[in-house]
Amino acid sequence: MADSSIAARTPVGRRPARHVLRAVVVAYLFFLVAWPLYLVGRNAFADGLASFRAILTDPDVTHALQLTVVIAVVAVVINTVFGVGISMLLVRYDFPGKRALNALLDMPLSVSPIVVGLALILVYGGRDGWFGPTLEAAGFQIIFAVPGMVMATVFVALPLVIREVVPVLQEVGDEQEQAARSLGANAWQTFRRITLPSIKWGVIYGVVLSLARSLGEFGAVKVVSGNVLGDTRTATLVVEEKYLNFDKGGAYATAFLLALVAVACIIVVSVLRPKEER
Amino acid sequence: MTSTTLVPDRPAGDRRPARAGLPLTRVSGLGLGVAMVWFSLLVLIPLAAVVATAAEGGWAGFWRTVTNEQTAATLRLTVGTALLVTLVNVVMGTLIAWVLVRDHFVGKRALEVLIDVPFALPTIVAGLVLLSLYGPDSPLGVNIANTRIAVFLAFLFVTLPFVVRTVQPVLAELDPEAEEAAASLGASRLVTFRRIILPSLIPAIAAGAALSFARAVGEYGSLVLLSGNLPMRTEVASVRILSSVENDNPDSAAAVAVVLLAVSLAVIVFLDVIQRRVVRRG
Repeated sequence: MADSSIAARTPVGRRPARHVLRAVVVAYLFFLVAWPLYLVGRNAFADGLASFRAILTDPDVTHALQLTVVIAVVAVVINTVFGVGISMLLVRYDFPGKRALNALLDMPLSVSPIVVGLALILVYGGRDGWFGPTLEAAGFQIIFAVPGMVMATVFVALPLVIREVVPVLQEVGDEQEQAARSLGANAWQTFRRITLPSIKWGVIYGVVLSLARSLGEFGAVKVVSGNVLGDTRTATLVVEEKYLNFDKGGAYATAFLLALVAVACIIVVSVLRPKEER
Repeated sequence: MTSTTLVPDRPAGDRRPARAGLPLTRVSGLGLGVAMVWFSLLVLIPLAAVVATAAEGGWAGFWRTVTNEQTAATLRLTVGTALLVTLVNVVMGTLIAWVLVRDHFVGKRALEVLIDVPFALPTIVAGLVLLSLYGPDSPLGVNIANTRIAVFLAFLFVTLPFVVRTVQPVLAELDPEAEEAAASLGASRLVTFRRIILPSLIPAIAAGAALSFARAVGEYGSLVLLSGNLPMRTEVASVRILSSVENDNPDSAAAVAVVLLAVSLAVIVFLDVIQRRVVRRG
């Protein structure tokens, strides 16, 4: 690493500035992230394990947790298939409108989750959406039901796999794929034997990040779910409801579970990634 | 050093077009078609519906909605606070990136993880997290719940990773030779930073700033428990949209949503332009 050589060459007299900067950064992150995060853990365990026992034996909460996992897994599968496919197309092929598509794919990251929910309701809402009434007449309810919640979750996590896979695809180039094809491999064989192994880590990071994002989506899901107790309620909605109903123990315990998964996802990515890059 | 990132922010321009892209084959053409249908059904048509709904009332109707006293107050608060937070992020984010790249100390890995926490943490949990230190039960004795400072703090929390993660990889790849040359020619640290380092960081800082501005303007979840959503005081644009939806008033919800969409679109175009400029130079 180039930076260590700089550190070694920096005259001793310049060190104090370095310490000041380090202290400022550590203090900033301590007050903004570390301490508040620690307090959530402490509040969750304020009554020992009682709060956890209470939420885990509440059928509404366990149902919400199950629903959260199911929605997140379905959303991640959809985004992985779509993401890997569209990344291949963007990197390996030329087609009109590629630049616009490339830019639009990032849109979900900067759109407010509430706008996402509103947009889905305007199209798929059962009463006066563009497609909603037709779909409901055919027996498919999307808004205020699980399909709408899956769509909202897929929307907000859409670019994450693409952002991880595209740079890797560009890096590995396509010589090996061409070689495989010239040796008679068909498209599927080339993809499975050559391309997929070389982008494996990019896909894995993308999946982990999408999973974290999908498990924790709140705003967009809140708008399209209708938040029906024991039916279309997810874990993040439980946190809000418990807190507003003065069940702080339950809110902190559920929040703790969600935070645990999120932090675990980050640690998995940060532990895996350097290994592969070295 | 790009290693531990969640890259919520890796400039999309990493996706440089391949030098010699293949023309579409039958299979890849079909794939593109399927992908576009899905992308349209999920993203493009719904977003178009927002714009169409807002346009139904005509320009006058749109203008009346967004200049309504309460709505205008939420937009002013949202955009103003987002600008302020972006400014803080430009300074603190660059500083954090600097320390992460150039400094070495025990526990740096932990800081790397902390930076990414706001990106992965569910926003409602983020609100609860901040409430536990800065709310009514604060061990510090500071209670900012239901004030505008709460809005500022929530924005600051959720946008923490953006500038750090765009600046960090650029800083890590800077050639130290130029800095050493400047230093050996007698330039002070500040001059070296301003003349040598800062110019190469500006595109990355601008990209990170744009992303954190867009994220802040659309923020919702972390404010629910923290800011109290008091009309004219701490209500932000997303909350206003949601209450219009809940009051069965999709037209005014769509009008405010269009303002937010315009911000995100502007940010996307801005990023695209920056990245193209950097690629051309690089």
